[in-house]
Amino acid sequence: MKYLDEFRDPIAARAMLEKISVAASREWTIMEVCGGQTHSILKNGLDRLLPRRINILHGPGCPVCVTPIEMIDRAIEIAQRPGVILCSFGDMLRVPGSRRDLLSVKAEGGQVRTVYSPLDALEMARKNRDLEIVFFAIGFETTAPVNAAAVYQAATEHLDNFSILSAQVLVPPAIEVILNSEDCRVNGFLAAGHVCAITGYSDYEELVENYHTPFVITGFEPLDILQGIYMTVVMLEEGRPAVNNQYRRVVRRDGNPEAKRLMGKVFERVDRKWRGLGNIPGSGLGLRAEYAAFDAARKFGLEQYEKEEAGECISGLILQGLKKPFDCPAFSERCTPEHPLGATMVSSEGACAAYYHYSLTEFQRIKKNRNE
Amino acid sequence: MAEENNKATGCPLPLSNYPRILLAHGGGGRLMHQLIDEIFRASFDNPDLETGHDGAILGWSGNKLVFTTDSYVVDPLFFPGGDIGMLAVYGTVNDLAMCGARPRYLSASFIIEEGLPVETLRMVAESMHRAAVEAGIAIVTGDTKVVEHGHGHGVFINTAGAGSLEHDRYIHPSKVVPGDVVIINGDIGRHGIAVMSAREGMQFETEIESDLAPLAATVARLMENGVEIHCLRDLTRGGLATGLIEIAQTGKVSVVIEEKSIPVSGPVRGACEMLGYDPLYIANEGRFVCLVPEKDSGRTIEIMRSLSWPATIIGRVGEGQLGLVTMIGAIGAERIIDMLSGEQLPRIC
Amino acid sequence: MCLAIPGRIISLDNLEGMMRSGRVDFGGIVKQINLAFVPEAGINDYVIVHAGFAISVLDEEEAARTLEYIAEIKRAEESGDGEG
Repeated sequence: MKYLDEFRDPIAARAMLEKISVAASREWTIMEVCGGQTHSILKNGLDRLLPRRINILHGPGCPVCVTPIEMIDRAIEIAQRPGVILCSFGDMLRVPGSRRDLLSVKAEGGQVRTVYSPLDALEMARKNRDLEIVFFAIGFETTAPVNAAAVYQAATEHLDNFSILSAQVLVPPAIEVILNSEDCRVNGFLAAGHVCAITGYSDYEELVENYHTPFVITGFEPLDILQGIYMTVVMLEEGRPAVNNQYRRVVRRDGNPEAKRLMGKVFERVDRKWRGLGNIPGSGLGLRAEYAAFDAARKFGLEQYEKEEAGECISGLILQGLKKPFDCPAFSERCTPEHPLGATMVSSEGACAAYYHYSLTEFQRIKKNRNE
Repeated sequence: MAEENNKATGCPLPLSNYPRILLAHGGGGRLMHQLIDEIFRASFDNPDLETGHDGAILGWSGNKLVFTTDSYVVDPLFFPGGDIGMLAVYGTVNDLAMCGARPRYLSASFIIEEGLPVETLRMVAESMHRAAVEAGIAIVTGDTKVVEHGHGHGVFINTAGAGSLEHDRYIHPSKVVPGDVVIINGDIGRHGIAVMSAREGMQFETEIESDLAPLAATVARLMENGVEIHCLRDLTRGGLATGLIEIAQTGKVSVVIEEKSIPVSGPVRGACEMLGYDPLYIANEGRFVCLVPEKDSGRTIEIMRSLSWPATIIGRVGEGQLGLVTMIGAIGAERIIDMLSGEQLPRIC
Repeated sequence: MCLAIPGRIISLDNLEGMMRSGRVDFGGIVKQINLAFVPEAGINDYVIVHAGFAISVLDEEEAARTLEYIAEIKRAEESGDGEG
């Protein structure tokens, strides 16, 4: 496909790897904050091709993984009510809440539907005026305008049987949590290209100023990611942190004004709990008062519901880059994609699941060496 | 620290032990294999079943009978390139073919939902008849049940097929040896994407037709020409990846495939990129892999191409870790191809 | 985090506000995509699509520049191979 295949060229990848190797005079730790990039890195084996000096960490970039357990419990609660259809993006269905997942609710007769776009949920609301249609609105800044569009359109058409369970989160506040952590080992960040396609990157310029850490806005194909890493390494070596844009073909400095305008019209910043990271002030998006009628948590009386995470899952440390999946005592033994203890093992973008699918034998080798 | 954590009581339940059947149990992935192993294989335990093949090869007063069965529940009943009736015939015929058998007889059982237009059923039956003629198999027995409205999806069809084994070759994963070449008869993923695009809700516009096709004649031609076939596998649910993993695990061999040599059409790629699917796991209904020794690979491809299959080599049986399938990816790194847990779900990220 | 892929606009069908939409071709598979966030996009433009919405118009000049850079390092790599 045009504009995808060109960025998967093996010879150019080899050349880029060599450039990284030449540029890096010492060890650098770089974090990507994007589930799509995690997926691409592991699927293409970039982590194993990179020189050992370059350590890649996978941050809290998967919206499915960071959705707190109580939000999933709320979705499950809504899906069990008669006369309701809960619509969700596909990979959310397998994430366990405090007791079970949405797939189980579906198997027991709950109305749970997978949709590709919130517009599909909106269409369902138009066709089924006697049913309540609830869209489980997860996602980062890329998805928020899309969810905003669905709410805005529902308001325009007076579709009072449509509502969203808002679990949307913002990237920069989570990055700040990581940077403020005492054990922070991250030297530089790859910023997620599609988030920045919406927001632009002035927020990141502020982060550079405050934390003297370089950011490279990066695309998703193997060559994009390698180039992003190279650009980060060059800035680190020169000691001149800035925001650089590798993904110029898609991202502009000011982002997408139309999308931002709509997002600001429908949503406002709220405090939000992240799975594994806890509450982060101002890190979520909730519906503005004018759109409160479309708030499913309010409509179904679930605003007060809270639930604490428990268990041996270390996904919080993994999402902050303090631990890698292989460091977890439960990895691949008590915690597998069929028996996930935490969200990072559930979503295919989750760091643990990606490691499980793409690097299990390497893990077995490491473990064998450890035992010997 | 770990001990302390283990004491925590709020751990999520082990979600692989679902108390109810999920759609994912039919997805061809690990959950389905778990179900087969823990429920059916455990209950029906016998040596013929233990071969883990597409059909059972049974001794029958000197002759060998190959016997197989499959049920068909496709939604929608009619899709670009085929329908449930054609699928119910070719699917079972292909399972016989994968054992190297000549398809002979077919049974057809219908579980029909109250309210289904009779005209629809007639169209399905006619399609089955045409498919049976094309595949050279006779539909000789059947059964009909009707269930209440809402208890089925139009019509479910079960077919059982009997075929005769007219040679002494045992075509089975256990015959696969290092050095064997993996050949596929065409591009992957068409059936899955064609069915999906016809389903309400997805609203794809595409020219893609299902790859649904009978494979027995092709297999027969390979055998007639003396190709030393070690193993055959049709790549239905779970796709190419699952088919190869099953071969590697049953045959206790390692298989290495190369991403750039696996044919995938533009529209299938497009749909997969859009939804975050991997084409390796998308269902096919007229694609199979043929594992033959190196010396026969050229001839295999030649024969397949003469029958209009764009056959190509996609990998080899290697000396790596037994039971493992790996793929050399687009930019040259090797990774493990793992069985999916359940069905593929569209990704948001 | 957000799966989005490039596709080419092949028709503009609905020009109204929030529901502005058109048909977008992704390597041979076509889907109706919302174009409200890319008012500047026209037929034959490549857009980046996420969850049914175009979120950005692909800048083909910038893409060509990146590709030229990739081609350059690739040439260097290939000639390096020849020498080595």
